[in-house]
Amino acid sequence: MVQRRLSVRRLTRQEFLLLGMGAGAGLALAACGGGPQSNPAVQGGAGGGGKSYEGPKVELAFWNGFTGGDGPYMRELVEKFSAEHDNIDVSMNTIEWVDYYQKVPAAVRSGQGPDVGIMHSDQLGTNAARGVILPLDDVAQALGLKESDFATLVWQAGIYNNQRYGIPLDMHPFGLYYNKTLMEQAGLDPNNPPQTREDYEAALEEFKSKGIQGSWVSPFPFTGVLQWESLLFQFGGSLYNEDVTQATFNSDAGVEALTWMVDLVKNGHSPQNVAQDAEYVAFQNDKNALHWNGIWQINAFKEVEDLDWGVVPVPQIGSEKAVWSGSHNFVIMNQTPPDQNKQQAARVFINWISQQSIEWAKAGQIPARNSVRESQEFQTLEEQSQFAKQVPYVHFVPPVPGIGDVQPTTFDVAVNEAVLLKTEPKAALDDAASRANQLLEENRQKYQA
Amino acid sequence: MATGQIGGAQTAPPPAGEGAPKRSNKDFIGANPVTPYLFMAPYLVLFVTFVLIPVVYGFWISLHTWDYLLPGKPFVGLQNYVDLFTPSSVTFDPFWQSMEATGKFTLYSVPLLVVIPLLVALVLNQNFRGRNFFRAAYFAPYVLGVAVVGILWRFLLDPNVGLVNYYLSQLGLRNDIPWTTALPWAWISLVGMTVWWTLGFNAVIYLAGLQDIPRDLYDAAAVDGANAWQRFLNVTLPGLRPVLLFVIVITIVASANMFGQAYLVTQGAPGNDTRVAIWLIVETGLRQFNMGAAAAMSYVLALFLMIVSVANFALFRQGED
Repeated sequence: MVQRRLSVRRLTRQEFLLLGMGAGAGLALAACGGGPQSNPAVQGGAGGGGKSYEGPKVELAFWNGFTGGDGPYMRELVEKFSAEHDNIDVSMNTIEWVDYYQKVPAAVRSGQGPDVGIMHSDQLGTNAARGVILPLDDVAQALGLKESDFATLVWQAGIYNNQRYGIPLDMHPFGLYYNKTLMEQAGLDPNNPPQTREDYEAALEEFKSKGIQGSWVSPFPFTGVLQWESLLFQFGGSLYNEDVTQATFNSDAGVEALTWMVDLVKNGHSPQNVAQDAEYVAFQNDKNALHWNGIWQINAFKEVEDLDWGVVPVPQIGSEKAVWSGSHNFVIMNQTPPDQNKQQAARVFINWISQQSIEWAKAGQIPARNSVRESQEFQTLEEQSQFAKQVPYVHFVPPVPGIGDVQPTTFDVAVNEAVLLKTEPKAALDDAASRANQLLEENRQKYQA
Repeated sequence: MATGQIGGAQTAPPPAGEGAPKRSNKDFIGANPVTPYLFMAPYLVLFVTFVLIPVVYGFWISLHTWDYLLPGKPFVGLQNYVDLFTPSSVTFDPFWQSMEATGKFTLYSVPLLVVIPLLVALVLNQNFRGRNFFRAAYFAPYVLGVAVVGILWRFLLDPNVGLVNYYLSQLGLRNDIPWTTALPWAWISLVGMTVWWTLGFNAVIYLAGLQDIPRDLYDAAAVDGANAWQRFLNVTLPGLRPVLLFVIVITIVASANMFGQAYLVTQGAPGNDTRVAIWLIVETGLRQFNMGAAAAMSYVLALFLMIVSVANFALFRQGED
């Protein structure tokens, strides 16, 4: 941000302010004293983990990052819950995810944090280690939640240091959106989108012969990096090794995946230099035929008039079926001072919403609970159940503390440079991997201390 | 009365042996030694709270591996600084790349932001119909927030679906200029939008400076037979010297602090080429919670800015001799 000062005298002040940059926040927060560490984490408590709440009326603050089409659905659920519970009032606050993960720890630390929140599974480790969220084993126990109630991966992702920190709400994998208008133009069957590498590449040639760039590749995390992660898994690769001490994304699988994407650009199936969201806008405007994007776009595309589209699982380009997915989890914040009543009420709230997850599925999500996912009602959600076909082979980013800090400066950059044809895929990934190894080592030291 | 005394005390050092000024000096300070500090107090309180303490505390943080939520904040001495100058460290590459980006942006934008607003101010200083309208029009973009400006230009400059490329194609020119995703276009976009956005501010400062130049100097120059260009060189420019110094210094500092435009419009692309220093500091300190490293980066950046500012002042002073 360009800052302006009105007088020369304040120029010095500007410089001094700069000096203090990065320190200011730390100062303000440190001044508040008594951190999460000095706060005896409240676990269990009376009432048994969330079956019911009989205490005095409480107000719960519930924060999340549902800024898209999913926000109104969650708000409706929250209102319904408040209406059904006389002694619990929930107020919802929505902050964009990127800012959310920056603000929540600061707010919790200063005692201004929410009572309940949502976090992605890959953020659970970081926030557990930093004392932002509380263990929820008692909730899982009291509600009788078992691993067999959930998809295994989702269930496992909520555990850090042998304790449960997240109650899984949903999964949101990638899928293949296809533009039926363009498929007809290219003489393809609009109800039979390509699902294998052979068909996919053949379809692209058909598009090309009609002057259509069939599969735009974004150089940004949304959607390029997530597409690359899906392909990496498909070629049998992984982001990190088993105990997340070494980056493995520069393996042959990673290079092959990235090369395949880069070749789409080189062979004219995607423009060069696709800007942020351009691939998504182009899809809506009948310019991009096969668009890899997340389940959360379903409702956004439904609102576009004259857009004739469908969605299926991502095609299998590599040697196995695989796709990237994220997962939203309920968390309870580490409040100072802890309020038994609120924590109890928060558990009731989580349990209630978790059981309503069919309503949440309509927002464009796959319910984490098997019973809901297998219900008749969910099967009638046409697009969502297409995405749900991928549940057996979804891949998550491992929930290791500090893992979120590794991606932005490593493979996000590698994919960006490769897709923009600045650097060869292998060189870009090797470079990113050696940096990632340093960061992983730093994280290990940091979170052990 | 009182103000007269203060002025006297500050500007006229009492000549040795003369009684009167000395007494007035003494009267004031002797009356109550606390008084000057009381006058300073309101500013001093703000200065200490929001500048001095954070500066010292920030330096303290920069000597640690500091995450405000973790119990362990190990003291590492000058390690964070050493890392910034050690090519094999995690922070070295990103930091110097971001400093390079900041340096480039400053280098490209400052000359334009110094010269173009001056030309605008010279024109707006003339008498013509609709002058006030144009003055307002040039200043208008400056009142917009960076978020508005950023999103506006992102729509305009989008390489694939943006209006700029659309109009270029209507004119029969190439329509695939990667305004936000490739060099040098990304810099052209960032500098261009920043000039559009902030030139009004510098122009207003110049305008005020122009109106301070006494009319009779122009009249005298005209009598001496100076033409418009000579009048500009010999009257306007010297008259604008202090204003020019001010504009150059604040423009450099402002450009070095650029963040929002790159964050919103190019998102650092291609690769990290347009990820500027402030962005990296925010990212490191507030997103990755590496406050020690971020604080160290801030101090190095501030040091650079101080050197540049001091060099500016020295340069202008030299010109005065």
